[in-house]
Amino acid sequence: MRKLALSVFTMLILASLLLAACGPATTPTPEKIIQTVEVEKRVIETQIVEVTPTGQVAPTTYPRNETLYVSGAAWGPASTWNPFQPGMLANTTGTIGLVYEFLFFYDPLTDKFIPWLAEKGAWTDPTTYEVTLRKGLTWSDGRPLTAEDVKFTLELGKKYPALWFSPLWTNTGLTDVTLVDETTLKLTFKDPLYQEWENYLFNLPIVPKHLWENRSEEDITTGANENPVGSGAYLYLTHAEDRNVWVRNENWWGIPIFGKPAPKYIVDIRTSSNNVALGMVVKGELDLSNNFLPGIATLAEKGYVKTFYEKAPYMLSANTAVLFLNTTKKPLDDAKFRRALAFAIDVPSIVNVAYANLVKAASPSGLLPTMSKYDDQEVIARLGYTFDTAKAKQMLADAGYKDVNGDGFVEAPDGSKIELQVTCPNGWTDWMAAIDIIASSAQAAGINIKAAYPDYGAWNTALQGGTFDMTLNNWAQMSNTPWTLYNLLFRHPIQEQMQAGNFGRYVNQQMFDLVDALARIPTTDETGMKAATSKIQELMLTEMPVIPLWYNGLWAQWTETTWTNWPNEKNPVSLPTTWSGYWQMGGLQTLINLKPAVQP
Amino acid sequence: MRRYLTRKILIYTLTFFLAVTIDWLIPRFMPGDPIRNMLARVSVASNASAIQMMYDYYARLFGLDLPLWQQYLNFWKALFQGNLGISTYLFPTPVIEVLKRAVPYDAFLLIPSILLAWYAGNNFGAIAARSKRLDNFILPLSYVLTATPYMWLGILLAWFFGIVLGLFPIAGAYSFSLRPTWSWTFVLDLLHHWFLPFASLFIIDFGGWAIGMRNMIIYELEAEYSRYLTALGAPQRLIRRYAFNNAILPQITGLALRLGVIVAGALVTEVVFSYPGIGYLLLAAIQNQDYFLIQGCFLFIILGVLIANFVIDLVYIVVDPRTRRGMVGESA
Repeated sequence: MRKLALSVFTMLILASLLLAACGPATTPTPEKIIQTVEVEKRVIETQIVEVTPTGQVAPTTYPRNETLYVSGAAWGPASTWNPFQPGMLANTTGTIGLVYEFLFFYDPLTDKFIPWLAEKGAWTDPTTYEVTLRKGLTWSDGRPLTAEDVKFTLELGKKYPALWFSPLWTNTGLTDVTLVDETTLKLTFKDPLYQEWENYLFNLPIVPKHLWENRSEEDITTGANENPVGSGAYLYLTHAEDRNVWVRNENWWGIPIFGKPAPKYIVDIRTSSNNVALGMVVKGELDLSNNFLPGIATLAEKGYVKTFYEKAPYMLSANTAVLFLNTTKKPLDDAKFRRALAFAIDVPSIVNVAYANLVKAASPSGLLPTMSKYDDQEVIARLGYTFDTAKAKQMLADAGYKDVNGDGFVEAPDGSKIELQVTCPNGWTDWMAAIDIIASSAQAAGINIKAAYPDYGAWNTALQGGTFDMTLNNWAQMSNTPWTLYNLLFRHPIQEQMQAGNFGRYVNQQMFDLVDALARIPTTDETGMKAATSKIQELMLTEMPVIPLWYNGLWAQWTETTWTNWPNEKNPVSLPTTWSGYWQMGGLQTLINLKPAVQP
Repeated sequence: MRRYLTRKILIYTLTFFLAVTIDWLIPRFMPGDPIRNMLARVSVASNASAIQMMYDYYARLFGLDLPLWQQYLNFWKALFQGNLGISTYLFPTPVIEVLKRAVPYDAFLLIPSILLAWYAGNNFGAIAARSKRLDNFILPLSYVLTATPYMWLGILLAWFFGIVLGLFPIAGAYSFSLRPTWSWTFVLDLLHHWFLPFASLFIIDFGGWAIGMRNMIIYELEAEYSRYLTALGAPQRLIRRYAFNNAILPQITGLALRLGVIVAGALVTEVVFSYPGIGYLLLAAIQNQDYFLIQGCFLFIILGVLIANFVIDLVYIVVDPRTRRGMVGESA
């Protein structure tokens, strides 16, 4: 019996070894490898000159000095390379930006658009936008990229309402796209939302007509688009459960214009926890980590890792953490109460304790530092808020909120008890620490607020369905326009489900009109934009339906053992990030600027 | 014999239907909506009506716009066609594809560690029960090992062997600089990455089995039949063999149940060592209300547990004469 057990056991071990050996191979199957080779071959056929076919066999190891190891963008296995698939692309960061490109890139640090596929683009009259593409653009399969492709991509949004950019036609005002010649397009609008349109310029990926025109609606909206063919600086090489690998496109049209990205390979690693990412950074196995690592300030001070700023806050600001107040619930429907609450929240402790100085307190306007020129300092000085428990108590008392039953917490003017909950998704440890501070500092001012951490799904349902009391949200990332933030804060009309903003269901037609007016101001009219944002800030700070608290960082820590010349405060030329949606805001520029630490 | 098997199979089939129904039901009772989670971050510029259109489109795609009873029937229909649906969390990957890619990693990690720990733990336990000196050493050690929080042990192993000594990698199933190929380099690399997670699972399991076996053996050696055998003057070897044969029975049940839930993965191992596998995905699926992935995972867990139980039933016929006798009595 023992012998039997032993032999069964040996067999099982062997079987499991075999299984496992097949395991990793299943993800990049041999077939797929062959396919990649084919793609590269096609490239050679059209651009014969440089490469010999022998060099085209897909490598089995990536040389350390040619490879950039990054993490922090992907949180699950890769599942799609379809540039039109909402919300899923973080797991294949690079699909948009590295493979598929845009008409323009945008540099948030200088607030300038960088002509990318487009050579230039401008409003020729208030309702006509003319865009001219660069000459000599190519897809990675060697076919030319022309105005036809741009027209095709734009019109997909008209044809299929399920695509995320279909509001370009129904909302932004686009009515017609006409080809002027090979490289020029004329876009006709009716009542254009200028601010929104310019956001599309660097967010709408252009796809090749010759590969997409015969696809079904299902394929376009829900297909996984394996082995994507784009126009960008990198090509898809392979992926596995815990990684995506991209290889430089040696025939990229942009090399003569922008320069060649330094790393030949990008290995984007999905780590299952921040501890692992931290360990890998310390071991030098990761060049750039875009994870939120709580203790990074200490490591940066000791010189283990580099960060954008040498001192606090170490990180650039990427988005604003805003406390949404459910204005349909008592007493959050009372502006006086909301304003008092703003003074009661201990933001300095959130910054110092919950984040150990990795973030900055937000401007009361909510706008990111890159948008600070739209802050109306006069309005903020007059109506802004700072943490001041005594003042919050005073404001509550003035508004009639008094502790009637002697439990240490105030009751509403009508005598009813106040019990509120502040929420964030369970497991988001930094936010959980932050809402603990929100709750305890509000309690100190006499407002009975308790923190709760539902699961992400439940949190999200409460957020969109409007059943929460107060919750944190940060869905407006760095952008070209202050409208992006105010559109999130004051989205309208109010519907049963608020999926993309105004979660607190704040109703104020005056505010809605102001945000709509901002959307219609041409982006060249900076004075007009400032006037509009000033009015929004005045109303927002008077009514306080949302409370901007702090800026979440553009988490980035890197080492310089393999790659140097990272952007930092002394060399603020681009963003050190691999996050999805940020390649076109300086992420790619960072790759172009990198230099090998040891010259080969 | 046939009657015994028919009855068992009938019970298992019923249990399967019931368990799968619960498996289908439970995710739908969770607060939250898979499609809203899927579309949550499409905020770029779309207006409310467009998002509603996208919502309706995807709801139709997943069949979530139908009444519940219809969804339930469709679920069974699809299941019999071998279709587990499409994951919303890893859209548009079919659930079966997700499982096929992730489960081999778990099998590679769990099967050897469970079997080896079982084998080694039982033997050590059996030996320890008979040797005072070994017992004094093995028993406290085993207690410490089983009582160690697994997360803590894993982090400690990763930190000491991975970072301080630098002997083993701390993340991934194979080097991030490698592509899977049939080469010694790759196989060795695979084993190199496999060792720490394997060792952590082995150590924890080992302690549990060893304690169990030790206690069982001591109990059996004190049993009437052992005393009777001793009184008859039977050799110690024979008595110990009988004791071992009896003591191993509950351990076999334990082993089968442990093997049955392999599809659930090893969540903590996967998190600590950043090792790919289904545990982490299952957690993400639950957090994102990915009905289809949850259903798929639990379907295999149910199958695993039922099959394991069925195998135990069969194995008991072989290893436990009492079961055989019972069956004979039954059919007589």
